[in-house]
Amino acid sequence: MSFIPHSDEDRKAMLEAIGVRSVKELFQDVPERVRFPDLDLPPALSEMEVRWELENLASANFTTAEGPCFLGAGAYRHYVPAVVDAVLRRGEFYTAYTPYQPEVSQGTLQAIFEYQTMICELTGMEVSNASHYDGATATAEAVITAINVHRLKRRKILLSPWVHPEYRAVVRTYTQGMGLNILGDTGDGSPPVTDLVDEETACLIVQYPDFLGRIEDLSPYAEAAHRAGALLVVVADPIALGMLKPPGAFGADIVVGEGQSLGAGLNFGGPYLGFFATRMEHVRRMAGRLVGQTVDAEGKRGFVLTLSTREQHIRREKATSNICTNQGLVALAAAVYMAALGRCGMRRVAELCYHKAHYAADRIDRLDEYTVLREKPFFKEFVVRCPKPVKEINDYLLDEWGIIGGYDLGRDYPHLQNHMLVCVTEMNPREEIDMLVEALQEAV
Amino acid sequence: MMKPQISPKPLIFEISRPGRCAVTLPELDVPPAELPQELLRDDLPLPEVSEVDLIRHYTRLSQMNYGVDTGFYPLGSCTMKYNPKINEEMARLTGFVHLHPYQDERTVQGALALIYFLQEFLKVIGGFAAVSLQPAAGAHGELTGVLMMRAWQCDRGQSHRDVILVPDSAHGTNPATTTMSGLKVVEIPSDNRGNVDLKALEAACREYSDRLVGMMLTNPNTLGLFDEHLEEITALIHEHGGLMYGDGANMNALLGIARPGDLGFDVLHYNLHKTFSTPHGGGGPGSGPVGVSAALADFLPSPIVAVDPQRATEDSPFFTFYYPPKSIGRVKAFYGHFGIMVRAYTYIRMMGPEGLRQVAEDAVLNANYLKSRIQHVYHVPYNRTCMHEFVCEGRFPDAPNVRALDISKRLIDYGFHPPTNYFPLIVHEALMIEPTETESKDTLDAFADALLRIAEEARTNPQLLHEAPHNAPVRRLDEVRAAKELILRYQR
Repeated sequence: MSFIPHSDEDRKAMLEAIGVRSVKELFQDVPERVRFPDLDLPPALSEMEVRWELENLASANFTTAEGPCFLGAGAYRHYVPAVVDAVLRRGEFYTAYTPYQPEVSQGTLQAIFEYQTMICELTGMEVSNASHYDGATATAEAVITAINVHRLKRRKILLSPWVHPEYRAVVRTYTQGMGLNILGDTGDGSPPVTDLVDEETACLIVQYPDFLGRIEDLSPYAEAAHRAGALLVVVADPIALGMLKPPGAFGADIVVGEGQSLGAGLNFGGPYLGFFATRMEHVRRMAGRLVGQTVDAEGKRGFVLTLSTREQHIRREKATSNICTNQGLVALAAAVYMAALGRCGMRRVAELCYHKAHYAADRIDRLDEYTVLREKPFFKEFVVRCPKPVKEINDYLLDEWGIIGGYDLGRDYPHLQNHMLVCVTEMNPREEIDMLVEALQEAV
Repeated sequence: MMKPQISPKPLIFEISRPGRCAVTLPELDVPPAELPQELLRDDLPLPEVSEVDLIRHYTRLSQMNYGVDTGFYPLGSCTMKYNPKINEEMARLTGFVHLHPYQDERTVQGALALIYFLQEFLKVIGGFAAVSLQPAAGAHGELTGVLMMRAWQCDRGQSHRDVILVPDSAHGTNPATTTMSGLKVVEIPSDNRGNVDLKALEAACREYSDRLVGMMLTNPNTLGLFDEHLEEITALIHEHGGLMYGDGANMNALLGIARPGDLGFDVLHYNLHKTFSTPHGGGGPGSGPVGVSAALADFLPSPIVAVDPQRATEDSPFFTFYYPPKSIGRVKAFYGHFGIMVRAYTYIRMMGPEGLRQVAEDAVLNANYLKSRIQHVYHVPYNRTCMHEFVCEGRFPDAPNVRALDISKRLIDYGFHPPTNYFPLIVHEALMIEPTETESKDTLDAFADALLRIAEEARTNPQLLHEAPHNAPVRRLDEVRAAKELILRYQR
């Protein structure tokens, strides 16, 4: 049997030591009525056969590696340097548990401490936790933090309609038992969400760049929130932060986001990485693991999990969150990614995305039947008004050109029927962009 | 064994030198656009390192870590079994890695098929009517499950119900989840055999009858014991209009032994990163699918994967996303930790039904064997046949200053990862030991021998324990100082 080392002799010796005759005797507390059910599962496969089966399933997919891809909307195709997987494949990292025993977990702990530091630099914040499941759940946890900062006295949450639709959905799912009033994200964004901020508001949540790819000065949001004593929560794209002013510089109180772009790959939606950063004044209200620096008995620097009095295993029903297992290995990937690209590389990736996206927008805008909405600056995604339903165009792009087209905004925004969100990254060479432009023209 | 010669190494920021970069990027191949000057950042002080320095840095860090690949890792309630290498290779197939979650369903049929069949496998293994793979970890599955229980009560006009019963032996995530769901925790004590105290449960059910949402129960519980009154418990909860939530952290003991659905559980989360051999990653990513009875199927988080008979071809079914009509909503973006699902699928296919039962049998055999080797020296307070783990006390009457923590740290010197400490809370100086089925008798014997030696040392040379570990990359770390100083990032 794979992965089980026992021989029949081993089992016999062990049963004797325990003092039972058969292993079945160990299960007498299990009600007999339901004991030892037949599991209607397919029979076991050898390693070779399982490989064939999985390769078959994998090859039944058409992937973004096979055709030009212009799909983003919260999951992005960015280059993952070879060093990232080389580090992730080290068994000492990926087969370890949460670092409860710091003396044998210094590798994980130091790597996460470095990750926390890099997330602080990227977001312009003072403290970062060790991770959340993804950008959506990090946003939901930011809402809970904001409620706790206001000691449950403020129950109104304002969401910009241009926060990722699935993040807004997750905020609502998470908080459905908390009696909150979540407003601001229905309709087309007028009147602006800042008009709704009042003394009841716990936090205002905006996205940067927003779901439509647009970037703007966040200061007015910070001012509106702070005037009423509310927190500003910013959902940020870490790749954009390679070149853009960090949310902390605008006065954000909590910065969260999806760290998938930092070395995690696409993986059909997960595992990804939720990052969460805030100011030190809120550190005791934040959720999640936190690594801190200390010394050992000989005075040498070392790292431990800290402030666990916030957490479920100590505080139980009074914890700031129920989170336990998070995204340790994906946070490690993000740390390796950020360290590999470093000060200059992160900026360069961001600029490649920016210039290529603008080249694509300029060329598409020149097509008679298509219009690029550009009343605000954008980063790597932009909105194209199409002459017919996006689904029809995307079917044509895929079937005739092998191109994976953009995101259909009509799915989430009724007033944006026939509008496509196009994403361009450093992974799209000019030829692919030119091909998209040509295909779009032919699609009409 | 840990290598004593490895000393803590510099932070990546401390080896940074201006101008270095570990990645080359292509030249810009389009005309540059004008940058939005007023929105640009001045600087981004990230490390600047070469590729070789980067790799050496992380390789050295990895050498300061202990994983299942390093040695025995009997961390109770965590099921640190071996993580098969084929899992890792399958999760890295290009046909999976490069899939965007919003691609046309026609182009991702292989991925959807895998999700669908994994849902089906977990239905069979747990005895449930439906499964969602969306939750990202165990605690996330708990939140999903409890929100569904709440929604089910609301749906039948019982929205005033607000109480969840939780045993005092429960994982901390259970009460924390209850609070997050906007519900109240009522704690139920354990009896002297480590079961839920049935009398106390009856009293609580009577007191909160019209407020009861349900009960969260880990079975086998965190003492590693199968509750002897399980059927009475589930009947009692159902009688009072409540639902039974199963914390599936300890599912490794039940594979092919009993199906939680048959035992009366209405909802249960699985931990793919425990039971189904996907790695823990130093703290995730995990995966916490939720299985439910037919009554709760319509409340599952959306979407799940179903077959669409209308789009099937002669050769193959068509898989599609399905949105349950009364869904609690999404619990995360996209569909869950697909990369982890690939690993669990691979594992289940390699084990088959007999293999899975063998897993549970040998996990339980190993735990009982290890217990039999040390119970004459380490007091086991609720000592009866255990399931996949057991809890003993890390204290000795004739070595009064030695604590469970000292024993744990001394185990590091012997080359083992310590067990879970100080949990469950109902055992003094708890050492919670879960060997898993992937460990050989030789490993268990070596570990038992080390524990027995340490018990001797506790009497003859307690200082050796107090000052342990001696053989780790660092000596014992000052956790109090960390919480006081709060140095949470590197400062130049």
